[in-house]
Amino acid sequence: MSADYVEWLRREGRIVIVGASLAGLRAAETLRAEGFAGELTLIGDEPYEPYDRPPLSKSVLLGKASPRHTELPHRRETDAKWRLGVAATGLDLTAKRVRLADGDEVEYDRLLIATGVRARPWPKEDEARLDGVCLLRTRDDASDLCRRLKAGPRRVFVIGAGFAGSEIASACREMGLAVTVAERAGAPLVGALGGVIGAVAADLQTENGVDLRTHVTVTALEGDAVGRVRAVHLSDESVVEADVVVVSLGSQRNTDWLAGSGLGAGPRGVACDAGCRAFDFRGIVTDDVFVAGDVARSPHALFGYQFLSLEHWGNAVAQAETAAHNMICRGAERRPHLWMPAFWSSMFGVNIKSVGVPPMGEQLMITQGSLAERRFVGVYGHQGRVVAAVSFDNTRWLEFYARQIERGAPFPVEFPTMDRRPEGRQPVAADFPDPSLPTHGPTVTLSGYSPADQQLVFHPARH
Amino acid sequence: MRLVVDLNKCQGYAQCAFLAPDVFAMHGEEALIYNPHAPEEQRERLARAVAACPVQAITADGLGGMGETDTQAAREASDVR
Ligand SMILES: Cc1cc2nc3c(=O)[nH]c(=O)nc-3n(C[C@H](O)[C@H](O)[C@H](O)COP(=O)(O)OP(=O)(O)OC[C@H]3O[C@@H](n4cnc5c(N)ncnc54)[C@H](O)[C@@H]3O)c2cc1C
Ligand code: SF4
Repeated sequence: MSADYVEWLRREGRIVIVGASLAGLRAAETLRAEGFAGELTLIGDEPYEPYDRPPLSKSVLLGKASPRHTELPHRRETDAKWRLGVAATGLDLTAKRVRLADGDEVEYDRLLIATGVRARPWPKEDEARLDGVCLLRTRDDASDLCRRLKAGPRRVFVIGAGFAGSEIASACREMGLAVTVAERAGAPLVGALGGVIGAVAADLQTENGVDLRTHVTVTALEGDAVGRVRAVHLSDESVVEADVVVVSLGSQRNTDWLAGSGLGAGPRGVACDAGCRAFDFRGIVTDDVFVAGDVARSPHALFGYQFLSLEHWGNAVAQAETAAHNMICRGAERRPHLWMPAFWSSMFGVNIKSVGVPPMGEQLMITQGSLAERRFVGVYGHQGRVVAAVSFDNTRWLEFYARQIERGAPFPVEFPTMDRRPEGRQPVAADFPDPSLPTHGPTVTLSGYSPADQQLVFHPARH
Repeated sequence: MRLVVDLNKCQGYAQCAFLAPDVFAMHGEEALIYNPHAPEEQRERLARAVAACPVQAITADGLGGMGETDTQAAREASDVR
């Protein structure tokens, strides 16, 4: 890319961002912070300005925050043209144009795709339409669910025990509501953290009064004469009466609008290189279309150059910053997005955090604390290296383990650790479900070829 | 006033919950929950919490010069409206 072009782009080019949420907002701010003076347009299908989603299943359900007020603070002025409440419906790569649902078209010199994911709906449409069947992804979803929980339902039924489903169950218990959780796998959180840690999450739920049903699937939602949900039918032939059903079956990438555009976009997201440049369907990198946040799939040197799809708040911020930087830079000044995956959740008063890519690990060692106390650090290993760590109420050690992952430290973990118990001296199988079986909300997905044998020294990107 | 906490950074030191208990609270021993829309009368307490967080995990706008991550943000908060 010629230096003149980049100069011109920075001064008077047109940048369009599709997806006006966390990644879109942070990208817009970064563009301005790094001197982009041209025309900036943000397109978002929700009618609201960018708001934060993690509180929707935590502070909001716990009554600590209003679902209508989780708007994100702005780090700086973006002086952008906001087109809110209108979806992008198509992309013409050759003409460099985004088509909108209202018939308008917006031209760009560079485009950022940040359309995120949406909640996977209940597959049977007539049942999904029953009054009382809810999802939780958007601010409107949260308002609706809050209202229904406050009305004091006799029982809430949560389908799927991933992070979101478990957080919802936790909030229900705190409100004193009866709640049943159904999970296809053997325990909550298994897709994200494996069966060993999942068993701890299962204990947490049952001890807090959740009616947890594992190894079952929901077969049907039953409505009453006026179209309100009244019962849930399970594969073990049991029937549970409930008047609120929350469908928490993970998410789907918002890539439909890119169908036929020629981009390498599909159900697993939009593939891009480490510099956030989107691939076309032939696997050739584009130079004017960039991707960031939940919708992106990008290769990571630390994890065998596998493509990672992360549904992580921190990733959306970091990737947006890198994409924005690269959008207005010459080749040599571009940076790779080599963010250390990190995630948090809290449920039943326990703080859960992870770094790295737990589902990549076959083995697990509890290097500090103990599962029985629910205060521990677990380290995941893959092919003799540390690839992830998870903590329950033990946050302050995670930073250390993040450095271990960056260094490709050997696994099993040999260094002595504080508070190591006898049971933590040997690795055990982490017990992830067969990756070909669907699980709910793993939040990190590996989706690429793994060169089995590689040596590397990792230098994290400094921002 | 809007705020957001980067809970990947947060170490649960509870400084913020101590300084602005109406905005921040500990849930269990380490988990922080907070109100992302702090009422106006919490302005000063919020600013103190932002400044006191040992890992600078809190970003707020509309504080009018106190505790912002970026001086630009001190300008009239949102350019959306
Ligand atoms: C209830 C809940 C709890 C969460 N808790 C945590 C947590 O504890 N920790 C954590 O790390 N992460 C958590 N997350 C995930 C985190 O919120 C996401 O990683 C983050 O929101 C990703 O930001 P994004 O901008 O990439 O995508 P999104 O926030 O999904 O934003 C994409 C935006 O694009 C819009 N859009 C989609 N298609 C179009 C189109 N065609 N045209 C125009 N606009 C479009 C969408 O409506 C949306 O507003 C949680 C998410 C939810 C829903
Ligand atoms: S002061 Fe900072 S680190 Fe401590 S709980 Fe508050 S946000 Fe977290």
